[in-house]
Amino acid sequence: MSKIIKNREIIEDQWVSIDNPEQDLASTDASANIIVELAYWLENKTSLIERTGKVGVLLLGSDEPELFHQELNNIDLIAINFPKFGDGRGYSIARLLCERYDYQQEIRAVGDVLRDQLRFMERCGFNAYALRSDRNMEEALASFSAISVDYQSDVAEKKPIYNRRP
Amino acid sequence: MYAYKEYDQQLLNERVAQYRDQTQRFFKGELSEDEFLILRLQNGLYVQRHAPLLRVAVPYGMLNTEQVRKLAHIARTYDKGYAHISTRQNVQFNWPSMENVPDILGELASVQMHAVQTSGNCIRNTTTDQFAGVTANEITDPRPYCEIIRQWSTLHPEFAYLPRKFKIAVTAATDEDRAAIRFNDVGLRIIKNDAGEIGFEVFVGGGLGRTPLAGSLIKPFLAPKDLLSYLEATLRVYNRYGRRDNKYKARIKILVKALTPEVFGKKVDEEWQHLRDGALDLPNAEIEQMKGYFPEPAYETLENNPPPLADAKKENGAFSIWLRQNTDEHKKAGYQIVTLSLSPTSVAPGDVTDNQLDVIADLADKYSFGEVRNTHNQNIVLADVKQEDLYDLWKQLQTHGFATANIHTINDIICCPGGDFCALANAKSLPIADQIQKRFDDYDFVYDIGEISLNISGCMNACSHHHIGNIGILGVDKKGKEFYQVSLGGDAGFSANVGKIIGPSFNEGDVADVVETIIKHYIDSRIEGETFLMTYQRIGMASFKEKVYVKNN
Ligand code: HEM
Ligand code: SF4
Repeated sequence: MSKIIKNREIIEDQWVSIDNPEQDLASTDASANIIVELAYWLENKTSLIERTGKVGVLLLGSDEPELFHQELNNIDLIAINFPKFGDGRGYSIARLLCERYDYQQEIRAVGDVLRDQLRFMERCGFNAYALRSDRNMEEALASFSAISVDYQSDVAEKKPIYNRRP
Repeated sequence: MYAYKEYDQQLLNERVAQYRDQTQRFFKGELSEDEFLILRLQNGLYVQRHAPLLRVAVPYGMLNTEQVRKLAHIARTYDKGYAHISTRQNVQFNWPSMENVPDILGELASVQMHAVQTSGNCIRNTTTDQFAGVTANEITDPRPYCEIIRQWSTLHPEFAYLPRKFKIAVTAATDEDRAAIRFNDVGLRIIKNDAGEIGFEVFVGGGLGRTPLAGSLIKPFLAPKDLLSYLEATLRVYNRYGRRDNKYKARIKILVKALTPEVFGKKVDEEWQHLRDGALDLPNAEIEQMKGYFPEPAYETLENNPPPLADAKKENGAFSIWLRQNTDEHKKAGYQIVTLSLSPTSVAPGDVTDNQLDVIADLADKYSFGEVRNTHNQNIVLADVKQEDLYDLWKQLQTHGFATANIHTINDIICCPGGDFCALANAKSLPIADQIQKRFDDYDFVYDIGEISLNISGCMNACSHHHIGNIGILGVDKKGKEFYQVSLGGDAGFSANVGKIIGPSFNEGDVADVVETIIKHYIDSRIEGETFLMTYQRIGMASFKEKVYVKNN
C-alpha cells in the first residue's frame, strides 16, 4: 500500500483510486474505500453510497463546486487533481470547498504534487497529499515550515496580518 | 517609505533560505529542469541567450540610497558592472551566475529587497505613478494602497500558479496617467465621487504583447474597504477560468474579451458577494496606519522661484532648457521634481553602471532626502529637490551624463535589448534607437517637435510597449531578414489607445528617414499648441501614410 502525507504525518493510504470504474469496480472489494471521478459519482451515486466501503470523488480543475455542493454530505473524501504543478485551479477549488461549503473531510492533492507547494495547499484547505512516488516524503514534511509568515488570511488563519498585529 | 517590520524581514530571510535549498536540490539532481524552472521564475530568475537574468523587485519604484548602493555593489560583484531599469520600475541584472543567486538574494534581503514574484505566472510587482506623493495633481498618495496590495499579493497561497503573469498598476493622478493603468491586467484609478469619498475605478484586461488591448472599466466606484476582497474575487475568477491550454491566450485580457467585460464583471461581482464584508475587509485604521508609513519628508517653508534659480535661468540657456524638459512642478513651494535621463545617445536605454548608481545615491542623499524612484520610462527621479539647489544639481548631473535634456522628447526612446541580447527577438532594436537619436541630434529641432513618445520592441512580446508609443516601432522577421513595422497614435495615458500600423514594414536602413518624414509632416500640419499626438488625432493616418510611402517608392 502506498503512503501519503495527512495532517503533516506520513501514513498508509487507506484509499484506492478507481480509474476505470466500468471495468474495475466489479473486481474491487465492496468494503474498500474508493475514489472515482465526479462525473461517474454523479451518475451512479445511489449504488455507490450503498457500498460498505467509503466513496470519495476525484475533481478535475474544470469541476465546479457550485454545481454539486448539495452532495457534499454524501462524499467521504475529495481528491483534486493537479495535471501539472503549474496548474493552480485546484487551490481555488479547495478554498471554495473548505471556506464556502464547509467541507470537513479529507481534501487530498493528487497528480503532480511537489513539496514546494505543500504549504500553499494547506493554507487553501488541503489536508492530505499524495506526492509523486519518486519523492522523499520525510524531507517534504520540512517544507511545511519553510515560511512562517503569512500576510493573508487563509482557511485556518481568519485574519490577514494587519488584523493580527499587536 | 515603507520600512520593514520584523515579520516582513523574517519572511524574506526564510524565503532566501528556501530558495537556497531549492537551488541546491536542483544542482543535486533532485529537481528537474522543468520543476526548478517554475520555482526559479517565482524568484525572478530567467535564463537567457547569454546568461541568467535576475529581476529584482522595486515595489512601486521606490528606493532608498542604502538600497541603491547595494544594487551598485551587486552589479560590481556579481555582474559586469551594470544594472538595468526595466519598464516595470524594477531592476535587472543580466549576467549573474545561477550558483550566486542565493547569495545575491541574501544581499538584497539585508536591505529589505528581494526578487519574489518578479517573474512567473503570479501577481507581479505593483507599479504606480513615479510622481506619487509629490505631484500637486493627485487625489491622494497612491503608495499606501500599493503597499497594501504588495502585502496581500506576496506569497498569496491561492494565486501562485495563475494561467499567466498578472500585473496591477495604481494611479491617483488627475493630469496624466504615468503608470499606464489601462495596459495592466488590473488598473486602479483613485477618484473622488460626488460625495467627496475616495474610491477606485477598476479596469481589467489591459495588456500589450501579441494582443494589445486597453483595459475595460468593470467597477466605476469601489470603496477602499473593499479593495482586497474585490481583487481576490477578480483573481479567483481568472485563476479558475483563464485559459491554460495556450500560453499566448492565457492572459486575463483574453478571458475578458471572450466573456465580454460585462459578463466578466458580473462573474467577479457574484464571487465578490461571498467575499465582501469578510476577512478581507480593509479597516480604515489600517489604511490610516499605512499612510503613516509614507510621511512627507521634512520640507522647509520656501518660496517658488528663489533668486539663485531665477538668476541661473537668466544666465544659462542650457540650464533653462533642462529645467523645462527634465523637471516637473512639485506640490510644495520651493521644491522641484527632477528626472535623470538614463537614455543619452549610444547607451542602451535603461542601463546604469555601478559607479553611476553610487553617484545617484550620493546625489539623492545630498539633494533629495535619500530617496530615488525608477520610472517605467526607464529613467530615475529625484522627487524632492529644493529649487535653490537645482543649478548645482544640474552641473553634477552633466558631469555624470544624466542631464541630457530629452525627457518626453523624440530622443527619450524606450527600447528593449532586442536581437543583440534577447533570445526571443525577431530583430535588433538598439541600433534603431541609435539611428533615430543620431538623426535628431539638433536639439532646437527636438524641442520644437515637443512632447512625444517613441518605443521600439524587438519582437511582439512588446517589452518596450511599442503599441502605446505615439510612434511605435516593431522588429519583424521576414524570411530571415529584419524589417520594422511602424505604428502611429499609441497613447499610454487615460484615453489609452493602441497605435495603428501605418503600412508595409521598412528596411533597417530606412527607419530614421521614415520617422523624420512623419515628424516633418506633423510640423507642417500642426496648429499652435498641438503635440504630435493631438495633430495625429485631428488629421488622421491617411496623410501620414501618403507622405511616407510616396517618399519611399
Ligand atoms: C532595455 C532593456 C529591457 C527592457 C525595456 C525590458 C522590458 C521587459 C519587460 C517590461 C518585461 C515584462 C516584465 C514583466 O513581466 O514583469 C520583460 C520581460 C522579458 N524580457 Fe526584458 N527588458 C529588458 C532587458 C531584457 C534583457 C537584457 C533580456 C534578455 C537577455 C530580456 C528578455 C526578456 C524576456 C525573455 C522576458 C519575458 C517575456 C515573457 O514573460 O513573456 N529583457 N522585459
Ligand atoms: S520585445 Fe522581444 S526582443 Fe525585446 S526584450 Fe522583449 S522579448 Fe526580447
